[in-house]
Amino acid sequence: MSALELKTPLKRARGWGSARSGTRHFILQRVTAVALVPLALWLLWIALRLARADYVQARALVHDPLHALLLTAFVLAAFWHAQLGVQVVIEDYVHTRWLEITLQLAVKFLCALGALASVLAIVRIALG
Amino acid sequence: MPQLARPLSPHIGIYRWQWTMTLSILHRATGIALAVGTILLVALLLSLAAGPAAYARVQACCASPFGQVLLLGWTWSLCYHLCNGIRHLAWDVGWGFEIARGRLTGWIAIGASLLLTLAIWACVFVRGGAA
Repeated sequence: MSALELKTPLKRARGWGSARSGTRHFILQRVTAVALVPLALWLLWIALRLARADYVQARALVHDPLHALLLTAFVLAAFWHAQLGVQVVIEDYVHTRWLEITLQLAVKFLCALGALASVLAIVRIALG
Repeated sequence: MPQLARPLSPHIGIYRWQWTMTLSILHRATGIALAVGTILLVALLLSLAAGPAAYARVQACCASPFGQVLLLGWTWSLCYHLCNGIRHLAWDVGWGFEIARGRLTGWIAIGASLLLTLAIWACVFVRGGAA
């Protein structure tokens, strides 16, 4: 290191690979996956009950505090997991830079919107 | 930019087709299908919050032949992605990399997903329901 260059090797490495953040995507994908194993099984069960319910029964089902909580957890974990997964598919197969960035942003925005819309709907039902 | 002369690892077009490749591609395909299919859940929740008329419209969509095919596809996609996802999580902790075991767990994932889908739709038809 010269006298004028006071940057440490870590400073030069940051943003160019790991620097202790490279595994973040991988780990988040696994963490949301583990959360979704029981949540997806629960969702299948609740979907079966919704399939047999009329409007009043369906609303009562989602109004239940435990179901509202688990449904919110499922929706958040599912859209997060979906964004992480689709991101990798786009990285792998879309090689036109502007199209890749456009798709990545669109997927992020749509997943965020989907999660927000679902949570708002659940809150309206749970409090209504 | 990477050097163009750099050797590349062989891609799908080079390898002889294998059973486990089909499973891997199905995992991605069902993942994308689920990402799109979750819109159905959002629509259901929004209509449930909006009122009986909106909910009836979504129920009618689900009960139509096209809706039923979509729901069946969504059910199997979820079941397969769930079963094969557990297989992936097992690999993440280092279990099941042997070729024979990889093939066997692949068959188990396919079989379990089909059985689960069958059981769910048997419940829907036996016990009745709008969707």
